[in-house]
Amino acid sequence: MQEITSTRNNHLIDPVFNAWGWEIPVYLFLGGMVAGMMIISGYFIYKGRSGEKNCSCHYLPIISLILLTLGMFALFLDLEHKKYFWRLYMTFKIASPMSWGSWILLFVYPALFLNFILGLPEKIRMKYSFLNNVYEKLSFSKSFVKLISFSNITLGVALGIYTGILLSALAARPLWNSPILGILFLVSGLSSAAAFVHLIARDINERELLARADNNFLSIEIIIFILYFIGMLSSTRAHINAADILLTGSYAAVFWVFVMGMGIIIPLIIQSLAVRHKIQHNPAAPIMVIFGGFFLRYVIVFAGQFSSYDVAALLNKF
Amino acid sequence: MPRFGMVIDTKKCVGCMDCVVACKTENNVPEGYNRDWIVQAVNGTFPNLNLEIRSERCNHCENPPCVTTCPTGASHINKLGGVVLVEHDWCIGCKACLASCPYDARFIHPEGYADKCTFCIHRVEKGMQPACVSVCPTHCMYFGDLDDPQSEVSKLLNTRKNYTLLPDAGTKPKIFYLT
Repeated sequence: MQEITSTRNNHLIDPVFNAWGWEIPVYLFLGGMVAGMMIISGYFIYKGRSGEKNCSCHYLPIISLILLTLGMFALFLDLEHKKYFWRLYMTFKIASPMSWGSWILLFVYPALFLNFILGLPEKIRMKYSFLNNVYEKLSFSKSFVKLISFSNITLGVALGIYTGILLSALAARPLWNSPILGILFLVSGLSSAAAFVHLIARDINERELLARADNNFLSIEIIIFILYFIGMLSSTRAHINAADILLTGSYAAVFWVFVMGMGIIIPLIIQSLAVRHKIQHNPAAPIMVIFGGFFLRYVIVFAGQFSSYDVAALLNKF
Repeated sequence: MPRFGMVIDTKKCVGCMDCVVACKTENNVPEGYNRDWIVQAVNGTFPNLNLEIRSERCNHCENPPCVTTCPTGASHINKLGGVVLVEHDWCIGCKACLASCPYDARFIHPEGYADKCTFCIHRVEKGMQPACVSVCPTHCMYFGDLDDPQSEVSKLLNTRKNYTLLPDAGTKPKIFYLT
């Protein structure tokens, strides 16, 4: 038997570490989905589809700008010393993923804005001569259009990976101690974005393409999860205990039902049948994927905070 | 430059919490928060039990993850003594340091910044001992330069069995517990 009593009892720390609330999963989810949208819209522009009227690359940038701003607002709400947030931009800390993230976000906004102008409908452009001037300058040079697509893809990948690395760099929480979280969040972001485009796409071919792509993303997600758990379960006792929180412990129900079941496996089955034309495309699958993407962040953030190196303390928590 | 560390004799500590009270008084630690605390660990099966009492606080690690993950540089290693400190006006309250500390030694001060033990650096600069060390009635706590072979802390570490908390976390703590 080992019993530990402590007189610490600090707010947000005891009895269970719980420093981050709903704001962080919301931000990670919206950031990840925006990352996926940037990659998808950048890819469409790269493929020369910016001239097509129905291409989703025209409205994805404005949706991304809105969602990212909402996500950043959630992040801002989480800060405890809000009046000093500008300190993020007074320095660059190479070892801090949060510092990387704040600088990546600073480049994401102009890339999204240029992409947004590129996709503006003529009606709106004609109303504002400033926008029209920028548009003409942007679309005049093909290489500039390619640069916009390339910057959106690159920054999308960086943003998607950073949202996962943000957690994996926090060494004290064993559940987060895997760089594969970066890839998991990137693929999950792509999957949520593909599901979102699938939902709102006007072009039938585009919808079909995104449904197929989403099936691939969801399958890759399953493989990444398997690799993630192999990594955890073959590591130290703290990591095995951490993995057990998701697999059989207090977050197992949310993980298996909402993340794996409703978020990945069921929509994968529905969409696989739909792309084979055995059933019709329906919004249920993409909606489940989007909710699954949110629950993935939610579960990883909260179960991660629950995980600890202090095995004895962890045992007491169960 | 000295490299400050602390040695705590678990054979002498009685868990009176004088160190906790001294810290709160010296550093105006707000109500409901603690920069140091007492841990009682009971091992074994009744009636064969072993009780260890420890006074715990920030370990002022040599490889501090809180400093690595801080996005603004507010968490830093002080030039004097390698003490880990927080610059309040640089801290944005993002809580990355709280999440990266395996000892959960930090907390968010009601004013919004991350706060923790400073080894009473304001006293140490004046040649005094940290408040917790200075009040300990059983003299179970020792503070000094780990690099000076003649210091009390170095001598104790050379002659007594000792351990650090969670060595597997790879943080290289500078608080040692004598057993």
